[in-house]
Amino acid sequence: MQGTTAKPRPRIDPVSRGFWDNARAGKLSVQMCQDCGDKHFPGSPVCPKCLSENQSWAPVSGKGTLLSWVRFHRAYWDGFRDDLPYLVCLVGLDEGPLLMSNLAGVEPEQIRIGARVEAIFESIDEEFTLPKFRVSD
Amino acid sequence: MNAFHKLKDRVAIVGVGNTAYGNFPEIDDFGLGARAFRNAVEDCGIGKDQIDGLLVCRVPSYARMGEILGLNPRWTVQMPPHGRMSGMAIIEAAAALDAGLCDYAALIYANIGRSRRVNYGGDESPGVWDPWGFTSPGASHALMFQRHSALYGTTTRQLAEVSVAFRHHACLNPSAVMKQPITIDDHEAARPITEPLRLLDYCLINDGAVCIIMTTKERARDLKKRPVMISGIGAREAYSTASIPNFSLNFWYDEMRDVAAQAYGMAGVGPADVDALMCYDNFSPTVLFSLEGLGFCEQGEAGSFVEGGALKLGGRLPTNTDGGHLSNSYMQGWALNIEAVRQLRGECEGRQVKDAEVVQYCGATPCSRSIIYTAG
Ligand SMILES: [Zn+2]
Repeated sequence: MQGTTAKPRPRIDPVSRGFWDNARAGKLSVQMCQDCGDKHFPGSPVCPKCLSENQSWAPVSGKGTLLSWVRFHRAYWDGFRDDLPYLVCLVGLDEGPLLMSNLAGVEPEQIRIGARVEAIFESIDEEFTLPKFRVSD
Repeated sequence: MNAFHKLKDRVAIVGVGNTAYGNFPEIDDFGLGARAFRNAVEDCGIGKDQIDGLLVCRVPSYARMGEILGLNPRWTVQMPPHGRMSGMAIIEAAAALDAGLCDYAALIYANIGRSRRVNYGGDESPGVWDPWGFTSPGASHALMFQRHSALYGTTTRQLAEVSVAFRHHACLNPSAVMKQPITIDDHEAARPITEPLRLLDYCLINDGAVCIIMTTKERARDLKKRPVMISGIGAREAYSTASIPNFSLNFWYDEMRDVAAQAYGMAGVGPADVDALMCYDNFSPTVLFSLEGLGFCEQGEAGSFVEGGALKLGGRLPTNTDGGHLSNSYMQGWALNIEAVRQLRGECEGRQVKDAEVVQYCGATPCSRSIIYTAG
């Protein structure tokens, strides 16, 4: 059981494990169907396009476009209280899937929707690394 | 023409009832549901034992609800406690009544979220984005509004028009929770929650219940009040980004265009014929998205459409005349549907839309729905 000041951790299950293993190795990945090539996130027990179970976690470029952002002024978990206000971004990866993440190193006034962003990796502990994004242009 | 268009004017709402809205820790969902049911039965003058269809939403147990009300129906449906269910429920009941699966259906919704301190985020609704701190339906609406602003120049002062208009209506509605008028400047100065959204963009959380009684057109004629007909319905889901709850990258525009084509096509009316709109408003941005999707304006133009009090009584499109979720009561669409009925019956007194003949309900959500009501 986490202490009340901990941030929520990812729920790692057989489907999502590959994503978090890759993140720990500094690689961003999306689930890819080995039969039809569909790329999607979050992971799914079958391919949403062709229903195949033959899927893997394929590394992607880590590059994408900032589609939107929101700045939280309320802590829904105590673990985020010290971070307030904090930024969450919506990224459209160049490979297609959408990803929610955090945008590092910018203030809201500087954010331009449509900006190019790239993944960075923040090690939380030895088990868990969180992919985040920064503006790349 | 869609096959379901044959449902046009086949089924009516004949009774509506609600409880007071507020903070009621001494009563549970069943107790509130029973009060609303009693009021709806009284409203239509039916014998309660004639009711042979039961739909419950956000009520924890259909069987216990039936036991409490002394009902043993031949049609039962339980809907999950999601906001988007009201339109879905009314459409399902209409189809069941038309098919003869029941003769009189009671639809009961109850919410005790205020007194039980429901949060709508964090550990109450775990999701894949929790490690990044992304949670709550309001945050999804903040993401959408931010993107709408970037694409179309929509401003928070325009967004404020929604909250200001609905609060104005709440001040005319004796049963509304919120009674203090607000201004655009009040909206701009409110506490930010999920920026760019502020407190006054958020719906209330309060306790209460609503009941709707429906039957077929033929049976409706024998009841106490003038029936309100279901003249048009439309439906389209958007599940492909369901892991971001309550979110659509394109503001449910394509889905609402589809919903509008279905509902207007069935009812034989268009946006210009709508005397009042009852628009699902868990957060103010979805009202702008709904106006665009239904075709009251072009995509990207809802900000200018709502300027100058357009949504107020007397404006070009009176919307949420009860005050909506933002200022009347968070009955998750259910109170909006009974407001539509009361407008068409002419029962709204100080907030009555004069000569209302066509009233439309809509909800732009992952399960978008619209219902066009006309006076029977
Ligand atoms: Zn596939």
